[in-house]
Amino acid sequence: MKIDLVRGAVAAAALQLAVLTVTAFAAPALAEDISVNIDNFTFNPPRLTVTAGTTVSWTNRDDIPHTVTSSAKLFKSKTLDTDDKYSFTFATPGVYEYFCSLHPHMTGAIVVESTTGSNAAP
Amino acid sequence: MTSDDDRNGAGINRRKVLECMTWAGTGVLWTIAGGVPRSLGIVGEARAQAATPLTFLQISDSHVGFDKPANPNVLSTLNEAIGKVKALTVKPAFMIHTGDITHLSKVKEFDDADQAISQARLDVHYVPGEHDFLDDEQKLYRERYGRGAKGAGWYSFDANGVHFIGLVNVVDLKAGGLGNLGNEQLEWLENDLKGRSASTPIVVFAHIPLWVVYPEWGWGTEDGARALDYLKRFGSVTVLNGHIHQVMQKVEGNVAFHTARSTAFPQPAPGTAPSPGPMKVEDNRLRSVLGIATITFAPGQQRLAIVDTPLQG
Repeated sequence: MKIDLVRGAVAAAALQLAVLTVTAFAAPALAEDISVNIDNFTFNPPRLTVTAGTTVSWTNRDDIPHTVTSSAKLFKSKTLDTDDKYSFTFATPGVYEYFCSLHPHMTGAIVVESTTGSNAAP
Repeated sequence: MTSDDDRNGAGINRRKVLECMTWAGTGVLWTIAGGVPRSLGIVGEARAQAATPLTFLQISDSHVGFDKPANPNVLSTLNEAIGKVKALTVKPAFMIHTGDITHLSKVKEFDDADQAISQARLDVHYVPGEHDFLDDEQKLYRERYGRGAKGAGWYSFDANGVHFIGLVNVVDLKAGGLGNLGNEQLEWLENDLKGRSASTPIVVFAHIPLWVVYPEWGWGTEDGARALDYLKRFGSVTVLNGHIHQVMQKVEGNVAFHTARSTAFPQPAPGTAPSPGPMKVEDNRLRSVLGIATITFAPGQQRLAIVDTPLQG
C-alpha cells in the first residue's frame, strides 16, 4: 500500500513536471525504489515480488563483503563492502534468482510481474 | 625416511595421531617425521625414529584491511603472529597461508600483508581465499602468488618426501552451493597423484574446508568428496584449511582434517550465532579469544593434549 502511495505521488509529480517541461521525463522515472537488506548473511526479504520497471536496491549491512549475482548471469554487483549499495531495474516480468558469489549459500529471488493485471497473476 | 612402515610400532597408529600446536591467533606449527605429520611437541619421538623432521607453519585468514569492531587493527595481530613465528626455537622450513590474506583484495592490503609476513623470513606457499579474488580481473593475487600455478592458482610441490598440494576452492561458486574445486582442477589432481606411491605422505591445503563442516553457513566444499576419493589410497593424508576462523579437527580413515585459526578475528562455532560473521568480543578479551594454544605431550600418551593459553589475561 505504501508503494502504491509512493507511486501515485511520483506519478502525480511526473505529470506536473510533464506539463511544465514537455521534455524528457520518461517512463523510468515512474519506477519504484524497493530495498533488500543484507543482514547476517541473508537477503531480506529473500523473495520479493515487484512490478516491471521497479528498481531494487540492495544494501550490505554486514561486516563482511557480499555480492548480488544473478544465477542466470543477467546482473552482478561489484563487491559490496559494509553499507555499499547496488541497484538494478527489472524491466521484464519473470523470476530472477540471485545469490552471493562469495557466500553462495545466500540466495534470493526477485519476482517481476507485469504492470497490468499483476493482481490477477497466478 | 618417508616410509611409514614403522607407523604402527608400539601400537601407535600415527596416521591418526594428528594434532597440532596451535598458536591461537597466530598459526599452526606442524612437523613431519617418519613420513607422518604431527605436532612439534612430538619431535622428541620423531628423533627417536632417526627421521629428519620437517617442520612447517600454517597461518590463515589475515584479512588485512578489515577494520570493523571485531578487530580494528588486524595488521597488529598479524604482526604479533609473525613475532611468534620468529620466536620459535625450531625454525620451520616454510609457511603455508590458507587464504584470505586480504579483506578486499586491494593493492595496499596485499602490500601490507606482504610486508608483515615477510618479516618471518620464511618461504610462504599461498592458496587464495574468496577475499583475495575481489578485484575486477582477479589478477592481484595471481600476479603475486599464482605465478607458475595452474588455473586459478593450484599447484603441488615436494619437501622431505612429503607431497604438498595447494588447491583453490573459492572460484566459480554455484548458487546455493558450497566451496568448489571444479572439473579442471580435479582432473589435474587426479593426474598429479597418479603414479605416486601410496606410502607418500600427502598434505593438502585449501581455504574452505574440504569436508562439510556446516553447510548452513557454506562451510564445506561441494566436490570435496571427489578430491578425497583420489586421496584414499594414500596411507597418510592431512588436510589443512582456514576460512572458519577456529580450530576444528576430524579424522576419517587415513585422512586427518584440521582448520586453523585466523590472525584477524574469531568466528562463532557452527550454529551458535545468527550468522558466521566476525565475532565481536570485548576489546580486552580479543587476545584471550585468539589466545595461544600449546600442546602438552605426556610421555606414554599417544594423543597430545591441546591446552589453550590466552595471549593476554
